[in-house]
Amino acid sequence: MLIAVTGIALIFFVLAHMMGNLQVFAGRESLNAYAAKLKSLGPVLWGARFGLLCVFGLHVYLTIKLTRSNHQARGSVVADSPLAGFLGERYSNQYRYKTATTSSRFMILSGLLILLFVIYHLAHFTFHQIGDPPNITADGVTDVYEMVVQSFRNPLISVSYICFQIVLGLHVYHGASSAFQTLGLKTGSSRKPLSFLGLALALLLTCGNSSIPFAVWMGLI
Amino acid sequence: MTDYNIHVWRQAATDKPGYMERHRVTEISDDMSFLEMLDVLNESLQVAGKEPIAFDHDCREGICGACSLVINGQAHGPETTTTCQLHMRSIQGTDIYIEPWRAAAFPVLKDCVVDRRSFDRIIQAGGFVSVNTGNAPDANANAIVKEDAETAFDSAACIGCGACVAACKNASAMLFVSAKVSHLAHLPQGNSERKERVTSMIETMDEEGFGSCTNYGECEAACPKSISTENIGVLNREFVRAKVGSTT
Repeated sequence: MLIAVTGIALIFFVLAHMMGNLQVFAGRESLNAYAAKLKSLGPVLWGARFGLLCVFGLHVYLTIKLTRSNHQARGSVVADSPLAGFLGERYSNQYRYKTATTSSRFMILSGLLILLFVIYHLAHFTFHQIGDPPNITADGVTDVYEMVVQSFRNPLISVSYICFQIVLGLHVYHGASSAFQTLGLKTGSSRKPLSFLGLALALLLTCGNSSIPFAVWMGLI
Repeated sequence: MTDYNIHVWRQAATDKPGYMERHRVTEISDDMSFLEMLDVLNESLQVAGKEPIAFDHDCREGICGACSLVINGQAHGPETTTTCQLHMRSIQGTDIYIEPWRAAAFPVLKDCVVDRRSFDRIIQAGGFVSVNTGNAPDANANAIVKEDAETAFDSAACIGCGACVAACKNASAMLFVSAKVSHLAHLPQGNSERKERVTSMIETMDEEGFGSCTNYGECEAACPKSISTENIGVLNREFVRAKVGSTT
């Protein structure tokens, strides 16, 4: 249940994060001003970062714990494949899944990939350990706009970002609708709209975030 | 008439290691049920002086929930029925893999027979309505809205076979528990004990070593009685209600 609550909180964060980043389309001043404003918040920013880290940490800790207990519940694993234990296979060939979506079967895998991506993403855009550090413009503002555009001109960076957005989409697709079910919201008439909301959120995030590298490629920004 | 290669799980006892064993059965009619095919195989094993394969079965008409085999990687085989109602004509190919339900909470007793008493203990924890003894109440004394009666009946159709646990990669018993909780939650008789029921049944489910639900819906696809995962939504709602307070 806490996994569902922290998951929903994280979805709110990535949505807000995306909306902030989409200001790149509004031009250099807009994005740079937004970034400067965030940085000027001082203690509030650090409070928010700390809170986010707690929520993220809790989500990761609880899901790993859950996966471990679920593995134990499965009993003996007899399948030969070395991946069998990890993927949850316990029948001699393979369980023939009828309805389970790929996104739902590999949640822990997509989740761990997102964890790696977040570390990479922070090292890249927040701590500037990857790529060149951003320039400071004449009026003393960090040129975030330039940093983003320059980074995404590198095909390795932009392709890896798009791939991770797809993984994020898969995770959110099952995660969101699953969270509504876990919280007991998906009953009767609310079932279909809430399942759809999961898909819509996933598409919105993947397409919204991927639009930035695509726009850089097409020379729109 | 078809001949089959049967690959079946053999295990002498719970604490003994198990293994897959290969057998050949010949001249099997398409109209035989799956269990009749196993009867033929067991007969030939007995004639040859070997130990027959142990498997659970009782009514053989799809209502008792005793039969329990994972056939070619599907709980109760390829059809939406119980194993006893599965016919040989539904089986694709001539190699058949037969395994028991696999879950830590369902230890193998022998071959393909598993111990499902953990389900009984979950029901004992709250899957009932307390009634003070006396005469049977008048059939229509409690008026129930038609839709509620239908929904409750759909949930009550669960036969407790355990296919949901066998199909779930987490070996979760949520569909089973939710069917019972949802059945009683839709009826006035279940109202007074609803909080204790959901809390205690979920506690027992966890204690028995079943996994957690990650909402991927394979239980629903394996269920011979088509119990819907909507019940799990109802179970979760009942659980939240019991924990967060309101009295109804």
